[in-house]
Amino acid sequence: MTAHPQTLYEKIWNAHVVEQLGDDVFLLATDRQLMYEGGIHSFAMLRQGGHKVLRPSSTLAMLDHSVPTKDRHALPEATILRLEGLRRGTKECGIPYLDIDDPRHGIVHVVGPEQGFTLPGLVIACADSHTSTHGAFGALAFGVGASETAHILATQTLIQRPSRTMRVELRGRPHSAVFGKDLALAVLRAIGAAGGVGHAIEFTGEAIAALSMEGRMTLCNMAVEMGARSGLIAPDETTYAWLKGRPMSPTGDAWERAVAYWRTLPSDPGALYAKSVTVEADELAPMVTWGTSPDEVVEITGVVPDPTEAPDAGARAAWRRSLEYIGLTPGTRMADVSVDRVFIGSCTNSRLEDLRAAAGVLRGRRIAARVRAMAVPGSAQVKAQAEAEGLDRIFLDAGFEWRQAGCSMCFGSANDSVAPGERCASTSNRNFENRQGQGSRTHLVSPASAAAAAVAGRFADVRDLV
Amino acid sequence: MEAFTTLTAIAAPMPKPNINTDDIYPAAGASAVARNMPAEAFGSQKHAGANAFSALRYDDNCAPIPDFILNQAPYDQAKIIVGGPNFGCGSSREMAVWAIAGIGVRSVIAASFGDIFFNNCFKNSVLPIRLPQGEVEELLAMVSDPAKSTLTVDLRAKTVTGADRKARPFEVAAYYREALLGGLDEIAATSKRLDRIEAFDRAYRAERPWLTF
Repeated sequence: MTAHPQTLYEKIWNAHVVEQLGDDVFLLATDRQLMYEGGIHSFAMLRQGGHKVLRPSSTLAMLDHSVPTKDRHALPEATILRLEGLRRGTKECGIPYLDIDDPRHGIVHVVGPEQGFTLPGLVIACADSHTSTHGAFGALAFGVGASETAHILATQTLIQRPSRTMRVELRGRPHSAVFGKDLALAVLRAIGAAGGVGHAIEFTGEAIAALSMEGRMTLCNMAVEMGARSGLIAPDETTYAWLKGRPMSPTGDAWERAVAYWRTLPSDPGALYAKSVTVEADELAPMVTWGTSPDEVVEITGVVPDPTEAPDAGARAAWRRSLEYIGLTPGTRMADVSVDRVFIGSCTNSRLEDLRAAAGVLRGRRIAARVRAMAVPGSAQVKAQAEAEGLDRIFLDAGFEWRQAGCSMCFGSANDSVAPGERCASTSNRNFENRQGQGSRTHLVSPASAAAAAVAGRFADVRDLV
Repeated sequence: MEAFTTLTAIAAPMPKPNINTDDIYPAAGASAVARNMPAEAFGSQKHAGANAFSALRYDDNCAPIPDFILNQAPYDQAKIIVGGPNFGCGSSREMAVWAIAGIGVRSVIAASFGDIFFNNCFKNSVLPIRLPQGEVEELLAMVSDPAKSTLTVDLRAKTVTGADRKARPFEVAAYYREALLGGLDEIAATSKRLDRIEAFDRAYRAERPWLTF
């Protein structure tokens, strides 16, 4: 029936084109939106233009970026402003809203999948770059700005240029202590922070087939760090098993029909991609970033690189600046670099499997005296499940703080920040200058590697601890 | 939205690759300026310029850092930035565009851009221009000389011209070009297509009965 083999991306894109508006620009229908307090700007735009929300039930809103993860009885002024703006906007427009005392609240990119709001084949938008996370389910999901959000709310469409397609194949089966995060960092090392610009990346290969849904979400979450707006993974039995029975997932006959449709989504054999890259996953060690761009990555067994070995003059200057900021000298073994703070959380790595992996390392151990560590579940539901399994006790007994759900120290939010000059092993997604607080030094790692760093007081090879 | 046709202005060279949206609009705890902004001003479009590049532009006492390019004459008057590759990578925060627009910048020239930042520019009458890295480097070298720092961006002709008088052509999708030239109100324009959108949606959902909201 189809004229030529299509990729997963092309199938979803084509199913959502309402109209072509000119060369390479399309009116694209969106299925569902997630909103957090950043959405207050979009509500203001709608009010200003006198526009109504077209389909309120297709949006799900909650507070995540600025919500404190402790001491919620005394919210800071900035949080109250945003919280009230979001409450008011969602109420005015009739948009479903999960308040911070709702047992379903949390980070949008954790809650969307958890509730079954995220489904394969959908176009999902949110005014947050890590919306790429939802691509793990075979959805086309991407971040948009405040103006684009207002456009979507008013029209359920977006004006878009199609992305070029890129395939990243992860070959082989990685070590059991090499996680989705390590795969993401390995891809970043291979293609760079601009390697996916203008592209939608589809992750394929044996390592992906074997990867859990949580690992897939971590990998797609970081597609945006590769420069791509979207990351996608074809839906398969792992996807369906994970989604079945979620509160907002289809049920009964509707479920069967949905799955039958979802089975048509994977890229056809012989489909062409504009760009293809292969990364060998079977020999990877756990990864850690050494600089201030997420592609400045080495294996935990490696050393801080020397800028004189950078590929070109631009990279040489950037590496020098990174090393100056991060306070490391070339040739230093990563395993000799000490850490002051450990953060396990964020939309990248705050799901149950992430907490289990970290707890598996921490069980029966204590964190080093020099380290302050915190674990921040991605949603109230993750927190409740973790507590039902006793994971909170493992974190607390090891010397971690155990917090409520929110974005927290991923970007120095709600007073959860890293002090100037402090070094943090973080399971978040960005190691940018000042990201976790002014002068903060961030090293991106998996939850298990973060736990290993907490115990050792320096970066450590988690394969020695499991 | 304000229309954009041509712009002749000082261009500031910012050659570092991967200048991200956290650099352009720091989060609340990431600089002294951001920390000191009143809660209602932080994140607002109206006050975004005050926080533009604030971690790089101001010290802990909120005094200008002389080394930073946008604090130096003539670049403190810049309305154009010539940037390194992957300019505006990182988050989707539209404040990054509001911030540069807030300090008067109306065009950014780079070999590549963060995709979301690129789209956000068009919603705010800021023109992002992609040129080959070789041409960007020529422009960087040229505008680094204060005497040759003026560029002309002509959206009608789709060219960038500098002190060397060489017109460098750039590509921009016709839709976005027209939108900028005419100062299009995009939501109002799309709202005229609502009948068509709703017809599309009915057909789409008829084939997907599991989509109940």
